[in-house]
Amino acid sequence: MNKACIFCCCLLLNNFVIAGIHYIDPGENIQERLQEAMILSKSGDTIQLNEGLYELTDGLSLAQSGVSIKGAGIDKTILDFTHQLSGAQGLLVTSDAVVLKDFSVINAKGDAIKIIGVDGIFIVNVKVEWTNGPATENGAYGLYPVQSKNVYIDGCIAIGASDAGIYVGQSENIIVKNNIAEYNVAGIEIENSYYADVHENSVSKNTGGILIFDLPDLPQQDGHHIRIFDNQISNNNTDNFAPLGNIVASVPRGTGILVMAGSDIEIFDNSIHKNDTINLAIVSYFQETDDENYHPHPRSIYIHDNKFSVSGSNPDSERNELARILENFSGDDMPDIFWDGVIPLSQIIFGQPEEEKVALGENTGALFMTIDPLKYLLPFIDPLNSNYDDFMTHRSSLRKIVIDIPFERLD
Amino acid sequence: MTDYSFFRFSYALFALFALCLNVQADINVNDDLILEEGFPEYLSEFGFFVDNKKQIPAKNVIPYELISSLFSDYTKKNRFVYVPESSRAKYKADTTYQFPLGSALVKTFYYIKNEQQKNSEKQLLETRLLLRKPDGWHAASYAWNDGQDEAKLKIAGTTINTSWIDRDGERRDVRYRVPNKNQCQECHEANKQIIPIGPKARNLNKNIFYPDSGKKINQLTYWLDNGIIDSYPKVLDRVVDWQDSTKNLNARARSYLAINCGHCHSPVGNAASSALYLEFTEKRSIHLGIKKKPVAAGRGSGNKLYSIAPGDPAESIMLYRMQSVDPGVMMPESGRSLIHKEGVNLIEEWILSL
Repeated sequence: MNKACIFCCCLLLNNFVIAGIHYIDPGENIQERLQEAMILSKSGDTIQLNEGLYELTDGLSLAQSGVSIKGAGIDKTILDFTHQLSGAQGLLVTSDAVVLKDFSVINAKGDAIKIIGVDGIFIVNVKVEWTNGPATENGAYGLYPVQSKNVYIDGCIAIGASDAGIYVGQSENIIVKNNIAEYNVAGIEIENSYYADVHENSVSKNTGGILIFDLPDLPQQDGHHIRIFDNQISNNNTDNFAPLGNIVASVPRGTGILVMAGSDIEIFDNSIHKNDTINLAIVSYFQETDDENYHPHPRSIYIHDNKFSVSGSNPDSERNELARILENFSGDDMPDIFWDGVIPLSQIIFGQPEEEKVALGENTGALFMTIDPLKYLLPFIDPLNSNYDDFMTHRSSLRKIVIDIPFERLD
Repeated sequence: MTDYSFFRFSYALFALFALCLNVQADINVNDDLILEEGFPEYLSEFGFFVDNKKQIPAKNVIPYELISSLFSDYTKKNRFVYVPESSRAKYKADTTYQFPLGSALVKTFYYIKNEQQKNSEKQLLETRLLLRKPDGWHAASYAWNDGQDEAKLKIAGTTINTSWIDRDGERRDVRYRVPNKNQCQECHEANKQIIPIGPKARNLNKNIFYPDSGKKINQLTYWLDNGIIDSYPKVLDRVVDWQDSTKNLNARARSYLAINCGHCHSPVGNAASSALYLEFTEKRSIHLGIKKKPVAAGRGSGNKLYSIAPGDPAESIMLYRMQSVDPGVMMPESGRSLIHKEGVNLIEEWILSL
């Protein structure tokens, strides 16, 4: 980078474009200058946000494909929305093949960074945070790609979201790796999505660590092919602070991983510790729905080679239904892995196809518990089944997710 | 000396008058500029107006009105359509007219400074353009200067802090936002293409006054006679004016939601992922929001369980978001900074009736 140019920019407090790089400095009229650069940028251009605090009053948006927005680093280039007066998110991206790298977004009034309907979004080393800690008044989502393809989130930090820190919804071909998510209601949530790898993330101190959900009445359903591996998921014991009405408001404090509906989910090589309600729960969608195309029961879940310890030592049973059920069934002996055992009536009668069953491989330190639906319907019979071996089986692994990453733009 | 100067003055006046007449007769819209890539710096370069301040349109720039229109912080709007000579917009049943290359939709937003006064001064805020260029529609907005005789391109939008006296005599302050180019697109987008929203045949099917003919004529008839459109169907639905309290409540509410929300809240709009669809044609109750749980509303839910709780407006997320001016809660997300009291009342009454 040419230091003289940066010096000029500082003097003029103006935008400076050289060879497709728009140099931006914080300061006077930053809202209009930054937004203008985003509108005037062309495919291949970089918007270079120099170090400093960018005080913004309105949401920003990028609609040009192939543009990179780069800062000087996390906590160095800070887009500050504390005094935001309009816009439902800090930054909105609606164009393909965009790179976001090396900056922070703080205190957005709604979502921090939302990406709608794109092919190719690469978010690397970006921090999104609500700086006053967990609070219902915080924005819902930190990093929020929706209805998108080829989503790559690497080395990011998400703190304080009143829904999910990193939330990928109704999307396809997804890699979420090497991120830190803390003090959110949900650390990482993959919802109604296909083909996702979630790995090497550090997910702690949220209400729930990693959520894999499939919900009814949405344009994209039947979430499937999701791999959760090599993550550190511990101490997700923050009280649920989501506004009611949202699905995550039903997540108990102290949840490590929660799978709700969906199919072909492989959970392996994770380290899951000290989540006060349950380390890993697999449940059916429990609310009423008339959606005939929706499948509320999780299918083909394969759990192997994880390390578990200390689960359910202080369940959220006063406030939460799921925690209450768990505690009632298990007493003091809370499991690490819980499956609610709910399957379609036809499968209760005729049996569940082998490939749809919950499958357990070796898991260090794992206590397992499920409820037998048939026994549950009969009186005087204990419906609990804690026999790990009943579910022990080997499955073939899901294939790895591959995304064409523009490394030359990520320098 | 005195006589002479008076003569000179009257001559000057006459010349000016003649010039005005002449200009008025001669001004044509700059067709090339509409087709060119990008937008010029000043609105006057297009020649849409003979008189900017008075908003008197040039030749072939036709004023029009919609039966139901979008709420934009209580601004009034002048709408104009321009279609190049020898081409016409094609009728489409489900969408807006399909306008030919070189067409322009022009919309000026203004406040009547004192709504209690007849002939009150006006404040022109911005003029938004939708231009049909060779590669599709393009949107931009021009903000008016203090002298109100020219408007300048605001690609990144701008803020106008102003006020007006409303019809109850109350002073209203507003932080009026001129949208940036991307925000234009966010509402005017369907399947990644920019499209017009308002001029659907069913939303134009009303009589308005035309100065050139000195009487009220149905807009579609006038448009057909003046070469704007190719046709309109003999039997045509009419959108209900949501303000017309003699009309059916459900139709008024649906009409209001369609024009204020339906462009984003549609399966091809920017809010498609919410599965809340508020177009006039939507019939599935869950997608209209009835007993529909929020998907990603965050604190926009206001701790309520459903978009619409039938019979219970106070427990309906839709109404809660219409009543908010908090950017993280309010709906629509952009285009307003004030609460639309009349709209809120209508939707409240409607939800109560469900």
